[in-house]
This record gives sequence, structure tokens and C-alpha cells, in this order.
Amino acid sequence: MREPIRIHHAVSGEEFSTAGEASTDIKKRLKMMGVPAEAIRRAAIALYEAEINLVIHAGGGDIDVEIYPDRIRMLVADSGPGIADIDLAMSEGFSTATEDIRNLGFGAGMGLPNMKKYSDTFHIESTTGVGTRIDMSVNTDD
Amino acid sequence: MKIKEIAALLDADILTQKADTDRDVHTACGSDMMSDVLAYVKNQAVLLTGLNNPQVIRTADMMDMECVVFVRGKVPDEAIVSMGDEKNIALMTTQKTMFHACGILYKNGLMEDLPDA
Repeated sequence: MREPIRIHHAVSGEEFSTAGEASTDIKKRLKMMGVPAEAIRRAAIALYEAEINLVIHAGGGDIDVEIYPDRIRMLVADSGPGIADIDLAMSEGFSTATEDIRNLGFGAGMGLPNMKKYSDTFHIESTTGVGTRIDMSVNTDD
Repeated sequence: MKIKEIAALLDADILTQKADTDRDVHTACGSDMMSDVLAYVKNQAVLLTGLNNPQVIRTADMMDMECVVFVRGKVPDEAIVSMGDEKNIALMTTQKTMFHACGILYKNGLMEDLPDA
């Protein structure tokens, strides 16, 4: 199988105002590659939610995107505090975000459910004290 | 309705220089929670918000929106306005409240495109 096109972004957890820069760049590059618009939109939203989570919950992390002819695979990994109860975290409206984060327009408990909603495959693994890994993909051939 | 007509209806000042305000838009939504915009909004072209930070423009960009209206007299800083110009998202500010601004636009024909249940 042909090697995918790979894009890597290290996301800093220091500054909320720059959260989303990686997703913006990836969206721009997918557009330049001629990926169908609806697939780009779904991938960009899922990735943006993941990137916001990296910044507000995990103190930063890594985003790796692999572009195949038929799908966009997005791997998001951090060494943050981890998620104690993934089922609870996946339920709409559950959030551990602080009031400060809510005042910035995030932390409504929609991040993980939204990633799942906008992607075609979604897998999450998390260990408390170790970190979280998300592997999700959006099909581009439909 | 054209973006520049929205500005006229809301007595709003257009802040971006390059973003095209001659584009026709048909749908809008109002929220201060970007999480909700990302979760519940479908094909909205215009975002009305009282939130003033770069994430507003990034959220609008991810959702392929074309115009952001800052309500209650919020004025974004230069860096945010430049982001709007760069992404061809027209930014404007109005003194009107969220409720009032949404009401005017709704009355004049802008609709909400609700996601499928």
C-alpha cells in the first residue's frame, strides 16, 4: 500500500490563545491536497476539539495526521492526567473544565462526543497518570 | 442577504478590510459557547457572539462560516481582525445585544439550519 502523507504538530499547553493553530494548518493543507470539502470539515472539527482538549486538560501533546487515498487518520496523544472514567467522559455534557475555561467558550462537555460524531472511526485509550491516546479517522471516498 | 446588509441592519461597523462582504448568506446562529457551535451547528454562515478571543475565528473557520458579528459592543483586537481577513471571514461589531441582533436578522429572513435529530 502506498505510504500516507504525514503531518505532525507538537501542541503547546502553555497558551490558550494559540490553541487551534495546528488544526487550522492541517485544514489548509487538506484543502490544498484537494480532499473533498465535507471530509475536511469533519476532520477539522474533530481535530480542533482534540487540540483544545490537549491545551485545556493535558498540558499539550502531539497530533499526527496520515492522509491515505480513502481516509484521513488522526492520532492525538498526550502525557496528561488521563481520564478516569472514559464512558462518563464520552457522555454529552460531562466536563471537568474549570469556570475559567468555560468563560473562554469551551468546556461544555462536548469535546469527546463531538470527535466521535464527526469521525467515521474513533478509538480512545487512557490511563490515569500516564496520558490519553485517540485514534480517529474520517473517510474521504464517500 | 448580503453580509454588508447585515451590517446595515445591525448598525454594525465592519472591522475586516479584505473579507468579502458582497457574499450572500442565508443562515445564522448565536452563541457564546464555542463548544455548542461545534456540536450543534450545521451549515450556518453567520455566527453572532459576545465572546471575544481568537477561538471565535478558529471555530468559525472550522465550521466554514463567512461572517462573525460581535454583539454588545465587543471589539476584537487587531490580531483577531487580521485572522478574519486572512480566512475571508467578515468581522463586524454592533452595540445591540445578542437577543436584539438575532431578532432583527431572523425578522429579515436569516434562518437557522438545525442539525438532523
